[in-house]
Amino acid sequence: MQSPAPAKPRPLPPRFERPGVVRFLAYLVALAFFILALEGARISLSDLVTGLPYMGDLLGRMVPPDISRIGPISRALLETFQMALVGTALGVVLSLPLAILATRRLSPHPLVYYGARGLISWFRTVPDLIWALFFVVTVGLGPFAGTLALMVDTMGFCGKFFAEAMEETEPGPQEALTALGARRSGVICSAVIPAAMPSFINTALFSLEKATRSSVVLGLVGAGGIGIELKVAMDLFEYPTAATIILCIFALVLAVERVSSSLRQRIL
Amino acid sequence: MSVAATYPSVRPGIREAAASQEAAAAVCELAVRDLHKSFDRLRVLKGVSFDVSTGASVALIGANGSGKSTLLRCCLRLLEPDAGSVRLLGQDIAGRPGPAALRRLRAQVGFVFQRHNLVPRLCALTNVLHGVQARHGGPRSWFHPLARKADREEALHCLEMVGLADQAAKRADTLSGGQSQRVAIARTLMQRPRMVFADEPVASLDPSAGEEVMELFVRLMREEGVTLLFSSHHLRHALDYSDRLIALRGGVKLLDAPTAGQSLDALKSVYA
Ligand SMILES: Nc1ncnc2c1ncn2[C@@H]1O[C@H](COP(=O)(O)OP(=O)(O)OP(=O)(O)O)[C@@H](O)[C@H]1O
Ligand SMILES: [Mg+2]
Repeated sequence: MQSPAPAKPRPLPPRFERPGVVRFLAYLVALAFFILALEGARISLSDLVTGLPYMGDLLGRMVPPDISRIGPISRALLETFQMALVGTALGVVLSLPLAILATRRLSPHPLVYYGARGLISWFRTVPDLIWALFFVVTVGLGPFAGTLALMVDTMGFCGKFFAEAMEETEPGPQEALTALGARRSGVICSAVIPAAMPSFINTALFSLEKATRSSVVLGLVGAGGIGIELKVAMDLFEYPTAATIILCIFALVLAVERVSSSLRQRIL
Repeated sequence: MSVAATYPSVRPGIREAAASQEAAAAVCELAVRDLHKSFDRLRVLKGVSFDVSTGASVALIGANGSGKSTLLRCCLRLLEPDAGSVRLLGQDIAGRPGPAALRRLRAQVGFVFQRHNLVPRLCALTNVLHGVQARHGGPRSWFHPLARKADREEALHCLEMVGLADQAAKRADTLSGGQSQRVAIARTLMQRPRMVFADEPVASLDPSAGEEVMELFVRLMREEGVTLLFSSHHLRHALDYSDRLIALRGGVKLLDAPTAGQSLDALKSVYA
């Protein structure tokens, strides 16, 4: 072994790669766009500061909350949760076949794969409020429209994550079943789904939490649930009633999250 | 004890079919001719030909990357060969059998992998039960609680043959390496195969478990009268458990000879 030759020291790699012209320009454009966006969003600290007392005033008028309408409010709250539960359940059940078609290894044909992927991202990119508007027009005002909106929203969410979970399953057991002559349905049901099950349950529970939060807002467009109660109370300046509604919503969302996280821990 | 004794109604049927086929064409269980397979630009198999006759036990040896696994996978069309022909149980598998014909053919051939490839979250009994999908699919072959009584009993019996009947309810991911591989062997037995491929079946096991599982595996396959083709890096196993040896080097066949008369030292030259 010789000591390293002093004549030709090995160059250290640079700490940072120097960006090329194109990338440098891209950074500049992105920065410029963000500065314009700050302008567009009308960020104004003074508005916020001068407005804060109004918020304080509103909060002041809300106390003490008025519980005289607690009956109808809790009925609306129950309806909200029922919409979330049924919408999520239907969405999860329908997501599964859709996700199988959107899993590269399991899809019967590349065209079906791209079709299913496209459908799922379409479901996901259209906001749930817009789905609700469409379903209100289709099936009329009320919780059914909201449930359908939540179902479609869940399919967009679960379809994506179910497919990802199935892509990530180990290929070994699937190959073993293929090698012994199992049908595609057999491979899916006895190797893929059992392996992806913890992830499915996790995603479904998240989806229920998400649907519970969304179902509150859907009432604003008449798609059922407690949202409409809140809007009416605010429009009529019945702030103490609004406060009760907000507290109820808060309790519901919190309860769903707690139950779902404890279920999650028990299952995984 | 053998499955043949317990399930006489089915086994003789398979045997008869095999016998009549042999009489008709005098074919061997597996005939590979001039098989080629590349991955992108890497040529892995460069024209391999060999036969495996009915009832034989053939060992496949060769250095890492010499193409053993690729060869075994090509024989069942788990990988698509580029050129050459594979006649498996008298059927041309490198041609274009439809999916159903391919399934029927695969159903008669077991495959034991180096990594047992059990479904981790399911119990041992269900994993063994999956072998029944070689004969019939549907929800009753997916999970043991749904399965037919006869199938559940046969699955338990297969577990018994590998000495694991008492572990039937245990989840596959809680079993030791040796136990998992024995469950995988039981799944192959459940399939009632005519021929079994094994790709380094005990390579992931410690020496003593490896010895035990290999002994059990080969004994069961002999008792069932199954034709066996296994790859191994364990030259002692190759010598002890085969009646023919095939050696690969760099994707070509280097040696194809009866095991009797081969010595450990001579085989080491395969890896030179
Ligand atoms: N799916 C694949 N894609 C690309 N290359 C592959 C693939 N499978 C195998 N190879 C390559 O083919 C060559 C032969 O692999 P193969 O697994 O058949 O060898 P082997 O004889 O089984 O080796 P080992 O003893 O390590 O199991 C290796 O160089 C490997 O990297
Ligand atoms: Mg290998």
